[in-house]
Amino acid sequence: MSTTTATPELKTEKSGNDVFRWLKLHIELLPTIAAVVIFVAMIAYGQIAYGGILQANTVSNLLINNAHLIILAVGLTFVILTGGIDLSVGAVIAFTSVLGVILMNQGWNPWLALGLMIVIGAAFGAVSGILIQYFNVQPFIATLAMMFLARGLASMLSTVPERLADDSPFLVLAENFKIIDGPKVNDLIITPGVIIAIIVVVAGFFVLHRTRLGRTVYAIGGSEQSAKLMGLPVAKTKLAIYIISGTLAGVASAIYTARLGSAQNITGIGWELDAIAATVIGGTLLTGGAGFVLGSVVGALVLGLMNVLITRDGGIPPEATTIITGGILLVFVLLQRGVLAKKRE
Amino acid sequence: MNSSKPAGAKGLVAEVVRKQYFWGIIAIVLLLAVNVFKDPSYLAISISPTDGNLVGNLIDILRAAAPVLMIAVGMCLVVATGGIDLSVGSIMVVAGAVSMELLAGSNAPDSLGAAFIAIVVALAISGLLGAVNGVLVSVVGLQPFISTLVVMLAGRGLAKVITGGQNTSAVNEPFRWVANGYAIGIPVVFVLAVLITIAVGMLVRKSALGLMIEAIGMDAKAARLAGLNRRGLLMTAYISSGLLAGVAGIFATASVMTVDVSRTGYQLELDAILAVVIGGTSLAGGKFNITGAAIGAILIATLDKTVVFLGVSSSATPAFKAIVIVALCLLQSERVRALFRQRRIQRPTGTAATKKETVSA
Repeated sequence: MSTTTATPELKTEKSGNDVFRWLKLHIELLPTIAAVVIFVAMIAYGQIAYGGILQANTVSNLLINNAHLIILAVGLTFVILTGGIDLSVGAVIAFTSVLGVILMNQGWNPWLALGLMIVIGAAFGAVSGILIQYFNVQPFIATLAMMFLARGLASMLSTVPERLADDSPFLVLAENFKIIDGPKVNDLIITPGVIIAIIVVVAGFFVLHRTRLGRTVYAIGGSEQSAKLMGLPVAKTKLAIYIISGTLAGVASAIYTARLGSAQNITGIGWELDAIAATVIGGTLLTGGAGFVLGSVVGALVLGLMNVLITRDGGIPPEATTIITGGILLVFVLLQRGVLAKKRE
Repeated sequence: MNSSKPAGAKGLVAEVVRKQYFWGIIAIVLLLAVNVFKDPSYLAISISPTDGNLVGNLIDILRAAAPVLMIAVGMCLVVATGGIDLSVGSIMVVAGAVSMELLAGSNAPDSLGAAFIAIVVALAISGLLGAVNGVLVSVVGLQPFISTLVVMLAGRGLAKVITGGQNTSAVNEPFRWVANGYAIGIPVVFVLAVLITIAVGMLVRKSALGLMIEAIGMDAKAARLAGLNRRGLLMTAYISSGLLAGVAGIFATASVMTVDVSRTGYQLELDAILAVVIGGTSLAGGKFNITGAAIGAILIATLDKTVVFLGVSSSATPAFKAIVIVALCLLQSERVRALFRQRRIQRPTGTAATKKETVSA
């Protein structure tokens, strides 16, 4: 009896979809796939309900407006993969952008100022990394200190919006280049900022999946102790990832400043949380060890698209935006939780 | 650690020096010294001739410390379980929004009853939000960081929805008294904060509750094997943190009788975490020190007031907090301590060698 009932079950499983079996083997991909599915569903829903989502100009704007968030999310993916966290990115953006604009207005060469912005970002990351690696400060506290420091320094420089001169060559980072000249305003536009973001994503992908540094990052996230025992350069790598995160914050700052044409000490409040949310939605586990750069990009785009949809809808009060962000985050974390539980079985 | 305790006043001093919050006390004294250096009459406390209340900069510091003290005590309990509560600032604004909306919509705006209802409902909702954290952490099993981040994001949105995005203000004398009144010359808000702190401290330290909370933070598996109710304890910690954040929210809104939905309690969770860390509670969990957290809260209030007193823009305060955090973290780190120890013991004696070994181990 039991054999006869068992065989058809086995058969159905065998004849079952190859995709399903592949998924079972790569269950850690599930949250990322879910993010992609949700992203596609949001596009489809937006297209059907409001129209005009799958348009060249909407897509261009989505990329242009979220280029800085994508870059931050790539940086945080590195940090979170090792099981750490970087709360300082938003404040580092505020400090570097205010400093950069002030220096440029004082007649500094814009590209020199840009270089300084990125170097300062890297320096903040380096200090966090040193505190964490060599003084055993928890990542949360060390990067919190850097967040306070950067925000306070930005406020000391200026508390009013600092405007960049309209003819500053720095603004070329946000200049629109038409790739496809569509009808009316429906053009596919790209800015150097978006190109930089794409380069950062590709570089992040390459480093994480094709280099020793990337493999060490995953190893530390899996188990720092084991990584150390295997003789991997844990200390150097941990320092490196915080420097990467800080550097990318500097890059994101440059792109955002160029797009806005001004800087203020309250810029970037809460962006670290947006970037963490993007990373988590994209399938990176907060405990480290599993996740993908491309997933984080999708996560950032989900958040960006959500803002577009809320604006298009008009019926949702803007106050509720953070509630919806919280809700999406919760759903994705629950999904990860389910996946982890399944993996353990 | 040290079993031989020298007796007497000297022993007491030695005991305090060994405590981690000793550096917090030093920092407070240093800050006050800086203020006295700028204005020798800074510490003066006078009795107001009109109503007999104490007035002075120190009293202002105590009054400002009350909300931070409340959330720091709650944070202490949560951190002891190995968790973290990022939602306290948002719970504060929700409590403020609820109480202000209730008072603004009340028929008897100036009655004690209206104030009472506003406080009770605000606390109930704060406790509820704390319970949401607790359920997400203990029943669903999410990481505390992410669960409370969700409640933090949603909480601020909730407060904006409650007030319709407005900064609601209300008039109610008894409610205002909570934050601005005086009892025997001392601000009521500080008296209340200290009483609540002592009550919580007694509750957790005179019963086994504190030990059990520390046990689940130290080793969850061992605690379960010892028969501890992990879920119940986590729920207790998060609900307490929510309730205390509600109290802090009432303090913060009652002092100006307005809730500012985007600024009330904003980033105060970071102050609370800072206070807890200054007090010597490790974020890794497993131990807590309410006295230390209280000293941390007072240090933060002193720092806030000092920065403003020195004429620096208040938005630059975070930079000074950063210096305090980094300095304290370095002082508490093993590497720096080892450096101090080596310098003190120059000659390579046996004890120095063993101490070095324990550091490297």
